[in-house]
Amino acid sequence: MNEMQLKFLSRSENEVFARNVVAAFALPLSPTLAELSDVKTAVSEAVTNCIVHGYRGGEGWITLSCRTEDTCLHIEISDSGRGIADLEKALQPFYTSLPEEERSGMGFTIMQTFMSDFSVTSEAGRGTTVRMSKTFGARAAEDAR
Amino acid sequence: MQTRAMRKGDSLYIYLSGELDEHSVAAARTEADRCIDQGAGLSRAVFNLAGVKFMDSTGIGFLIGRYKRLKRYGMGMYLENPNAGADKILQISGLYSLMPKI
Repeated sequence: MNEMQLKFLSRSENEVFARNVVAAFALPLSPTLAELSDVKTAVSEAVTNCIVHGYRGGEGWITLSCRTEDTCLHIEISDSGRGIADLEKALQPFYTSLPEEERSGMGFTIMQTFMSDFSVTSEAGRGTTVRMSKTFGARAAEDAR
Repeated sequence: MQTRAMRKGDSLYIYLSGELDEHSVAAARTEADRCIDQGAGLSRAVFNLAGVKFMDSTGIGFLIGRYKRLKRYGMGMYLENPNAGADKILQISGLYSLMPKI
């Protein structure tokens, strides 16, 4: 088991930093390139949400924690921003609260699809936390059965 | 993110390279729109994604935005050579029904 925690500002240049840090942390678990790509994309989605929706372009802290357990990587990404008033709506594919901004509304759908487990908790005015995990080699194990 | 455009026959080819995310999208949008405006009147635009090393859902919003702009010019939009990661996102979001992969 290994663990790490990171706190960084909600600046868009930190997206590439965050997803590459998580990828580097996950490397000892020997993920495939496709699995690593899934994780990087999901992290990028969650961090984008903190920046664009949580803080609406303003500056605030984003906390990223990772934990490994056997072949599983657990990731938690939190902001202390405005929170999500209607979570059910936010989780619908193609729903975006900022339709005027060329946003796809696919962020949560991609996190759900690309990761093995996904959950989100949010409180209006307090912030949002996304928890997700990915078991590496899950596909190979399934194929071998 | 880098954008390069080339005309081949009646097609406009737009080559994107780099990482397409929230940080890079604004510049990519400006560049791609400039290429599209210059290519107005051609019959279609092909976005070559071979150089795109990373893309998240911000890229989906970006591509839909360019699709709408091309549509105003009566131009169709096509995608070619996405890497495996981009291909997965494009498939999940159903984008190929708007802009077929060639």
